[in-house]
Amino acid sequence: MAALAVTDSDAGRVLALSGRLDAGTIGAIWRDARQALAGAAGRPIVVDAAGVDYCDGAGIALIVDLLRQRKKGEVEVANLKPAFVALLNQFDIAVLDHDLDPEPKRLRAVEEIGAITSGVWHDIREQVEFIGEMVAAMAYAVRHPSSVRWRDVWLICEHVGADALPIVALISFLLGVILAFQSAIPMKKFGAEIFVADLIGLAMLRELGPLMTAILLAGRSGAAFAAEIGTMKVNQEVDALTTMGLDPVRFLVTPRIIAALLMTPLLTLFADLVSLLGGALTLQSFSIPFITFVHEVEGIVDFSDFMAGFVKTFVFAVLIAGIGCLRGLQTSAGASSVGDAATRAVVSGIILLVIVDGVFAVVYFFLDI
Amino acid sequence: MNQGAETAAKAEDGAPIIRVDGLTAGYDDFILLDKLNFDVRRGEVFVILGGSGCGKSTLLKHMIGLYEPKAGHVFIDGDDIVTAEGDARKAILRKIGVMYQSGALFGSMTLLENVRLPLEEYTDLDFEAIDLIGRMKLELVALEQFTGHLPAAISGGMQKRAAIARAMALDPMILFLDEPSAGLDPITSASLDALIRRLAENLGVTFVIVTHELASIFAIADRVIMLDKRKKGIIAEGDPRVLRDTSTDPWVRQFFLREPDAVAA
Repeated sequence: MAALAVTDSDAGRVLALSGRLDAGTIGAIWRDARQALAGAAGRPIVVDAAGVDYCDGAGIALIVDLLRQRKKGEVEVANLKPAFVALLNQFDIAVLDHDLDPEPKRLRAVEEIGAITSGVWHDIREQVEFIGEMVAAMAYAVRHPSSVRWRDVWLICEHVGADALPIVALISFLLGVILAFQSAIPMKKFGAEIFVADLIGLAMLRELGPLMTAILLAGRSGAAFAAEIGTMKVNQEVDALTTMGLDPVRFLVTPRIIAALLMTPLLTLFADLVSLLGGALTLQSFSIPFITFVHEVEGIVDFSDFMAGFVKTFVFAVLIAGIGCLRGLQTSAGASSVGDAATRAVVSGIILLVIVDGVFAVVYFFLDI
Repeated sequence: MNQGAETAAKAEDGAPIIRVDGLTAGYDDFILLDKLNFDVRRGEVFVILGGSGCGKSTLLKHMIGLYEPKAGHVFIDGDDIVTAEGDARKAILRKIGVMYQSGALFGSMTLLENVRLPLEEYTDLDFEAIDLIGRMKLELVALEQFTGHLPAAISGGMQKRAAIARAMALDPMILFLDEPSAGLDPITSASLDALIRRLAENLGVTFVIVTHELASIFAIADRVIMLDKRKKGIIAEGDPRVLRDTSTDPWVRQFFLREPDAVAA
C-alpha cells in the first residue's frame, strides 16, 4: 500500500511518500498530496521519497504532477532511490506542461455549415468531372471497341447478371405475390379481383420492375464496384495504372459501365416476368385462371408501357455503375475507407435512382406516355 | 536496339537522366521538402535515404508525377513531368517503371497477366510475342515457375520481384523502387539487392530507390542523397561508403552508424 504523511517545519512542508506507488494504490494519496501542496502556498515543499519501495510509471506521474504544480525549484524531490530517479529523469516537465500537438479547435456552427457546404460543392464538382471522364471513356470505347477489355466485361457481366438471378427472382416473385394479395383482398369485396392483373401488369412493367431491380443492383453490384476499386486504390494498384500511363477510368470504369448496360435491362425483363408469374399464381387462389390473367395483362399493358420501364433501365445502369466506380476511386487510405466507399455507393446510388425515377415519371406525364 | 543498349549508348553523353529543380512539396500548409535540387545520372543506382517521415516516398511520388509539387520541376530525360499533359505525359511515363512498396500487383490477374498488361496496352505485338516477353521478364526475376499464380498465392518477396518484372515490361529507361526490402527477411532482401545490381549492370537501367535499409544501401547504391526532416531537404549527397567514413555531419554519421536519437536512447 502507498501512504502519504504531511509534516510542517520552519523550512517548509514535507510530503513523505512511502510504500508501493502504482496505479492501483496512489489514487487517494494523489488527491491528498495535491491538497497538501495547495495548502502550503508560498512555502517550500519537499517530497520525501525515502520510504518508497516500488514506483512504476503511475508513481512517477504522481511525482511529476507534484513538481509541476509550482515554479521550478519550489518543489524538491528527496531520497528517491537511484532506479526511480532514472525513471523520473526521462521526462521533461516543461514539455509535459504544453500540449505540443493540440487537437484542432471545434468549428463554430457557421464555420461547420461552411465546411459542409464546401464539401458538398467539392463532391458535386468531382461528380461532374467524373461524368465528363466517363462520357469521354465511353465515346473512346465506341470509336475503338478493341480498346475495351472484353474479357473483364464478360466476367463482370457474370457477377452483375447471372449471379444476381436468384436474388432478383426471389424479390420479384415475392413482390408479385404481395401486390396480388394486398390488392385482391379489398378488390374482392367489389367483385373486381380480375383488375388486380391490370394493376400488377402496369405497376411492375412501368415502375416497380425497373426500380426494384436497380435498387437490388445498387446494393449488390454498386457496392461491389466501390469496394473492389477502393481496395485497388488502397493497395496502390490504381497508382500503378496511372504510372503505366493507363487511364483508370478507361481501364476500370468502362468495362463496368458496359457490363451494367448489358445486364440491367435483361435482369429487369426477368424481374418483370417473374413478378407477373407470382401475381398469376396468387390470383389462382382467387379463382382467376392463369390464361385469364394473361389475357387481362395483354389487354391493359401495351408496348409503350413496356418501353416506359425498359428505357429507364439503361439510365439506371449507368447511374449504378458510375456511382459505384466514382466512390471507389474517391477512396482514401485505410481499410475503413473501403467500407465508407461501399456505403456511400449504395446510399448515393439509391438516392439518385429514386430522384431520376421521379424525373422520368414527370417527363412521361407531360409526354402522355 | 534494345533498351539496355540504348541506355548504355546515351550514358556517354553525360547528361543527367533526371533533374529535380527547385522542388517544393508538402501537404496543405505544411512544407515537407523545400526547394530540392539534384540530378540522377544515367545508368546509376541512385538511392534516396533518410529517417522515417523525412519525405522519401513523397519525393518519389513527385518524381513519377503522381503528386503535383507546390513549386519546381522534375525533368525526366529532358521533359518536365510536372507540366506535361496528355500524350506528352504518356511519353514520359513510357520511360519509367515503378515498383510500389506493396508490389501493387493486380490481385485478379496472374503474375504473367500482370506483366503482359502494359505490353497489351502499349504494343501491337501478337499475343504469342507478348506472352513470350512476359515469360522472359518473369524469368529475369526467377519467377518462371510461378507465371500462373495469383499474387495472393506467393510470398511478399516474390510479389516484389514480380512487380519489378511488370515495371520492366516495356523496358523503361528508369526504374523507381519504393522500399524494395521493407518487410523482407535478410536472405530474401539480399537476393533482391543482387537482382537489382544484376539488372543495373546487365541492362543499363537507371534505378531510383527509396530505402532506409543500411545493408541494401551499401550493397546496391552508386550514389545516395540523404533527406532530413529538420532541414526539409538534402543534408548529404555522394557515395554511401565515403559518406559513412568521412562525413562530419552529425545526422549523417548517426544514420550510418545506427545511433539512436538522444530522446530514444
